[in-house]
Amino acid sequence: MQTVVCIKQIIDPEAPADQFQLDPDSKRQLRGELPLVVSAYDQNAVEVALQLREKAGGTVTVVSVGEPEAEAAIKNAMGMGANTGILVSDPTLAGSDAFGIAYILAQTIRKIGTVDLVLTGCVSGDTGNKVIGPLLAEELGFACLSFASRIEVQNGKAVVRRIVEDGYELVESPLPLVASILSDDTNVPRYTKVRDIMAVARKKLPVWKAADLDLDPSRIGPAAQRVTIRDVVQPTRESRCEFVPGDTPVEQAERLAERLRELKLF
Amino acid sequence: MTNVLIIGEFQQTELQETDLSRNTLEVLSAGRAAAGQGTLTAIVFGAACEQKAALLFSRGADSVLWLADALLESGHPEAVLAALTQVAAQTKVQVVLLADDSRGREIAPRLAHRLHAGVVTEIVGVGSEGSTLLFWRPVYGSRCVAEIAVDHLPVIGTVKLRSMEPAPSQPDRQGEISKVSVTLDPALTKTRLIERVTEGGGGVKLENARVVVSGGRGLMGPEPFRRLAELAETLKGAVGASRAAADAGWAPVSFQVGQTGKSVSPELYIAVGISGASQHLAGMSGSKTIVAINTDADAPIFKVAHLGIVGDFKTILPPFMAKVKSLTS
Repeated sequence: MQTVVCIKQIIDPEAPADQFQLDPDSKRQLRGELPLVVSAYDQNAVEVALQLREKAGGTVTVVSVGEPEAEAAIKNAMGMGANTGILVSDPTLAGSDAFGIAYILAQTIRKIGTVDLVLTGCVSGDTGNKVIGPLLAEELGFACLSFASRIEVQNGKAVVRRIVEDGYELVESPLPLVASILSDDTNVPRYTKVRDIMAVARKKLPVWKAADLDLDPSRIGPAAQRVTIRDVVQPTRESRCEFVPGDTPVEQAERLAERLRELKLF
Repeated sequence: MTNVLIIGEFQQTELQETDLSRNTLEVLSAGRAAAGQGTLTAIVFGAACEQKAALLFSRGADSVLWLADALLESGHPEAVLAALTQVAAQTKVQVVLLADDSRGREIAPRLAHRLHAGVVTEIVGVGSEGSTLLFWRPVYGSRCVAEIAVDHLPVIGTVKLRSMEPAPSQPDRQGEISKVSVTLDPALTKTRLIERVTEGGGGVKLENARVVVSGGRGLMGPEPFRRLAELAETLKGAVGASRAAADAGWAPVSFQVGQTGKSVSPELYIAVGISGASQHLAGMSGSKTIVAINTDADAPIFKVAHLGIVGDFKTILPPFMAKVKSLTS
């Protein structure tokens, strides 16, 4: 089972709210001193890949398209146990939209060789578009399943738990498959051991450039964007929480019930 | 003047009548705004086409395309995708809007790829400037709103649920029905549904509930969710969960409210032991009245709550429930 996990490095979305700042020119979040992390669901995707390797053997390769600092994100995934990591980084790739990124990732995956399974997080913690997995499936001509929380592989087919509104679906899919991963209690990302982090830190990571991937320049970079982000605003929200009075929890609880009744909420 | 295409989805009401789903009413609203003076077309699958078409016309659709194909009735996303691709190419539609639900999220980007179109997900607002279509969508969790200009058509959009007003009713409105044939090879579906498993009790659906009682990491285990279920039942509502609680296995993933779970906008949202992470707020910040119960006075949830108690739910909920019961009896 050859699995590729596509990960994205983002500014930590869990950083305190008062440290969130927008750059008025680029309309993107300003990094400032904030830490960079692997987008949360991408970590769940790495975990799913590692569990599949434990059961079915094979390799797990982690790929990221990003700035040179994204090397840290890849090494984080390798510290979890991924066999190899590849950073795709080149100034001409900056400003690519999701279509561009999916194209770049697809070319990367084709260059890696025969791949059975491609995993991504179901949504990134910054732009939140939820499109990379399905776009990759279209680029590669693979089967596609999104918002999957569990994957098993039996006899060359995948059985996937896909979360839907009322519960979940069990879906059988041929390989190769692109699946975008949602978290649940079975795919909590494992902690990295210090020893593994140190072993990975010493490794030299391959960095692929645009020229290595035979990219059509009309499909990458800002000129290929299909829509334009004209503005990003952060609405200010006045805190208007009415803290329910009372000397004891019982008093507060009863006062809350009365207040909701006054508001005709029940 | 834009041609917009949506899918009509239906449900059975309590009186066992066919009606438009709430999701479709919201997508119709977005579609009407995007179409402006142009044509809003709805696709209908399966039987009872005229009845379904009448409902769609009364909510703003100008025309209905009836697709009759057995493969479509299964609702398989790959079949719907193939049908939409053919219809969009045939009718030269400029905007396709889908609900941002488990199926729409998968279809929209794939359709955009096949049609060389742009894609905009989680649309919360529609506008225009001159001849340029504008969409607004959340970005950075629920912190910011991005204004997106659609410079090139076609564009595929998903509409964030419970963010747009449902399309108003205009009972005598008429429209045109056309039957359309699409060529769907049964072999085109790569994936096969083995089983669909429903989670949670039969009660009111979370996404439509008037009251939601939601639990988070502060509950510290699955057992307190039973208390929440009791409270939800007393208030005739549904139970929700934060991502932390779902990831811990304390509640089914389908109970999750948030960016990767349900979007809800109930009259009353009671957040118990939920810190209020941005991706959770993304799913519920539109709730009319938000009540927060949390031991941490600095929890971000209190910045969006209307009513709050800083305290332990274990000492708050039992007397709260008792008082609610005594006030409603």
